[in-house]
Amino acid sequence: MKFTVLVNEGPYTHQASDTAFHFTKAALEKGHHVLRVFFYHDGVLNATALSVPPRDDRDVVKRWSTLAQQYQLDLVACIAAAERRGILDSEDAKRHGLEMDNLAPRFRISGLGQLVEAAIQADRVVVFGD
Amino acid sequence: MATKKKIMIVNRKAPHGTIYAFESLEMALITAAFDQDVTLAFLDDGVYQLVKNQDTRPIETKNFTRAYRALPDYEIEKIYVERESLNARGLTPADLAVAVEVLDADTLAQRIMQQDVVFSA
Repeated sequence: MKFTVLVNEGPYTHQASDTAFHFTKAALEKGHHVLRVFFYHDGVLNATALSVPPRDDRDVVKRWSTLAQQYQLDLVACIAAAERRGILDSEDAKRHGLEMDNLAPRFRISGLGQLVEAAIQADRVVVFGD
Repeated sequence: MATKKKIMIVNRKAPHGTIYAFESLEMALITAAFDQDVTLAFLDDGVYQLVKNQDTRPIETKNFTRAYRALPDYEIEKIYVERESLNARGLTPADLAVAVEVLDADTLAQRIMQQDVVFSA
């Protein structure tokens, strides 16, 4: 089955990202196709490269990046939601005259159209959030 | 893109206090731009999103609620509001800025079941 996953909450504050991760990993391990994981609202905070959790806790951001590398998974953060929350890739940073960027590995930033497109193509869209 | 899906965006949160309503509206407008069969549903505190004459100047936030009146311009014409949520908050359709279809919870649940995709926040 082809899935599109939507993550609407940030890491640690809310379990949505954890549950979305476990769902996505399980789907991939079962041989399903995950077209895209899209991060919206505070979900874009899952894409920060500057998250440093304590050593005895899970690393939510790194876990997504690793899964993406393992399965060629497409992780996309909404550009409007990301920019207003301070998540920028190098191009965005340059465009806004900022010297720093902080997008975690294997994530990319794009528009909401990427969510709609993936929702149209998927057999199921699964939303994680309240 | 040839495929046209029935996509519903369910809005359950108050318009101010959190960003969900504003960003969900953006999602609705983009979805409509993809020429999809878009429906909006408002329930729980989400019904407050449609209340007319909102003024956000005292809290110094952007008054995005004016955009709800423009939904028909984006060919979003199916706007459902749950009757129980309106009643519980002492609201009537006359309090709302847009023309809506008021549905009881059971009917709204059926309409949700008929969708291909349901986004919610």
